[in-house]
Amino acid sequence: MVTAMPTAISVRGLRKSYGPVLAVTGVSFDVEVGEFFGILGPNGAGKTTTLEIVEGLREPDDGELTVLGLTPWPRNPALLPRIGVQLQASSFFERLTAREQIRTFASLYGVPAGRADGMLDTVGLTESANVRAEKLSGGQAQRLSIACALVHDPELVFLDEPTGALDPQARRNLWDLLRQINADGRTVVLTTHHMDEAETLCDRVAIMDHGAILQLGAPAALVRAIDSPVRISVESGQLPAADARLLWPGAVTDDGVSLTIATREPAPVLAGLADRRALAGLRVQGATLEDVFLELTGREYRA
Amino acid sequence: MRGIPPLLGSPLALRSLSRAMFVGFVRDRAALVFSILIPVLFLALFGSIYKSTDAAKISVIEVGRVALLDQAEAAAPAQLGRIMTVSRSTDLAAALDAVRKGSDDAAVQQHGHTLVVHYSIADQTTAGIVQAVFSSIVQQADAAAAGRTGGYQLTASQVEDKSLQPIQYIAPGLLGWAIASGGAFGAAITLVSWRQTKLLRRLRLAPVSVGSVVLARVGLSLVLALVQLAVFLAIATLPYFGLRLSADWWMAIPVVLCGTLAFMSIGLLVGAFTTSQQAATAIANVIILPMAFLGGAFVPLDFAPAWIRDVSYAMPLRYLVTGMQNVMARGEGAASALPAIGILLALAAVLTAISVRVFRWDSV
Repeated sequence: MVTAMPTAISVRGLRKSYGPVLAVTGVSFDVEVGEFFGILGPNGAGKTTTLEIVEGLREPDDGELTVLGLTPWPRNPALLPRIGVQLQASSFFERLTAREQIRTFASLYGVPAGRADGMLDTVGLTESANVRAEKLSGGQAQRLSIACALVHDPELVFLDEPTGALDPQARRNLWDLLRQINADGRTVVLTTHHMDEAETLCDRVAIMDHGAILQLGAPAALVRAIDSPVRISVESGQLPAADARLLWPGAVTDDGVSLTIATREPAPVLAGLADRRALAGLRVQGATLEDVFLELTGREYRA
Repeated sequence: MRGIPPLLGSPLALRSLSRAMFVGFVRDRAALVFSILIPVLFLALFGSIYKSTDAAKISVIEVGRVALLDQAEAAAPAQLGRIMTVSRSTDLAAALDAVRKGSDDAAVQQHGHTLVVHYSIADQTTAGIVQAVFSSIVQQADAAAAGRTGGYQLTASQVEDKSLQPIQYIAPGLLGWAIASGGAFGAAITLVSWRQTKLLRRLRLAPVSVGSVVLARVGLSLVLALVQLAVFLAIATLPYFGLRLSADWWMAIPVVLCGTLAFMSIGLLVGAFTTSQQAATAIANVIILPMAFLGGAFVPLDFAPAWIRDVSYAMPLRYLVTGMQNVMARGEGAASALPAIGILLALAAVLTAISVRVFRWDSV
């Protein structure tokens, strides 16, 4: 029974090296059933290796691991029908149309063609059903690849960099689809190097760097925990920077375009700006996961 | 919960994988051109070239003294010289052997008033010329000697043919090359490109057995090889090319299937060691192309220098080509293909076993 299972994934002390390269150096985390879990980090942080081990594609050098209560390595036939894995958008049979692709994958799981066509509809590809996979746009190919991962209605879905190489509009469309997948009750594990993606989608994220998890928690909690200042900016010329420095504690900068006040107490600043009718072009930015990464590693986040 | 049988998966999975691969292949125009059209063009080209050179002079062995031929030569040396060359011999057995092998076209003897012409019908054009030439010699001699003697007679005696007309070795040779290329390139490129696109990894994550995946791809290659065989036979047996199939030609079918397995295993090994389609194509070419010359596919071994004939024993293609030649064109029995089949299957088994050991799911 799925509902009786407290955790979907349990990972303890996972290690993996490729020759002299330590890819994963002692990673531990749990993913709850129904959770949207993100593994976040720059390229080379070890997130893909971690994911591949959890999926059962690689054997860990050390560590304990259960997925839906089963061990994924060696290739576990009992586990495979219960997980859905989305790989790159190019992992298709050559020269088959979108409909032929998903029907082929469906039949590998014993799923009838009708349900495969329904899944095509779910990801909004019905109109492109007769287009060959190679001819689909990047966003469409990504949707097809997600549809192929979901066609057998898996309990647990793995998505590896699902929005990489997509334009902003396609990314947002895909985010809606990913939220819907999770809202349907599936556990979703996602790797990404986009901080905003993790912040928008994930219930909890594990921030990885150099093969280890630096921090793990809900994005909002991680951001709050670093206690970074709020950045309040308005158009330049409404209030001299020198006046602002006298009025409020915190760093004040004016680059000629924006007057920016970084403060841990935004309320008096906002009230003061309102009193002086200096709110034109107002923007208030809290810390982001990028600030968390900076705080944790001491360096700027570069995807 | 579904389990997976260890080797072969569900028939449904096998069927849909086979269909996916077959549809993908048929839509690949480049693959169709390379595996069927180009070999067929080669067949048409070589078939025509070697056919036209056959209209040369006939070469005749005069066994003992043939007065009629001598008279005809003396009467019109230039005329006769244009259509035949005559050599002399006293050894009938050796002369018949030469005709049988195809190095000469006819052996002629005279017993009293009877002219005996031994010839081969391996090439019907040449056989026709031989008959026409000698019946005209006999008629002229009859006309010249009208009334004085009892007249001359022509006895035509057919010699059993062991030589091969060009089409008889061109067709199996080029077919062998086409099948070897199809099998090796198909396996190598499929393996490499599936690893590149991570389709192989995707299939590994689906509850489908490795056996089903391999079997579907092997099935595609076997079907392709049979199509190649059918197209070749259909074209080569056209009267224009004139391939005459021996009684046990059907034995070429298992030879073709086993050859496909052998060359797929070569391709599998190439695919295991290469990471890009370009590299796989290049290495498969380096293996197949020299083998086509050294294994009797492009250069018939009967006419090849001795060193090529020696080297050919190390070429898997030799067994595919000669196996087919024996049963398709040389008129040998079905059993004559068994050694070739055995060697091809053994090669397939050994190389597949090695490929399994060095097999990689991923490029990393």
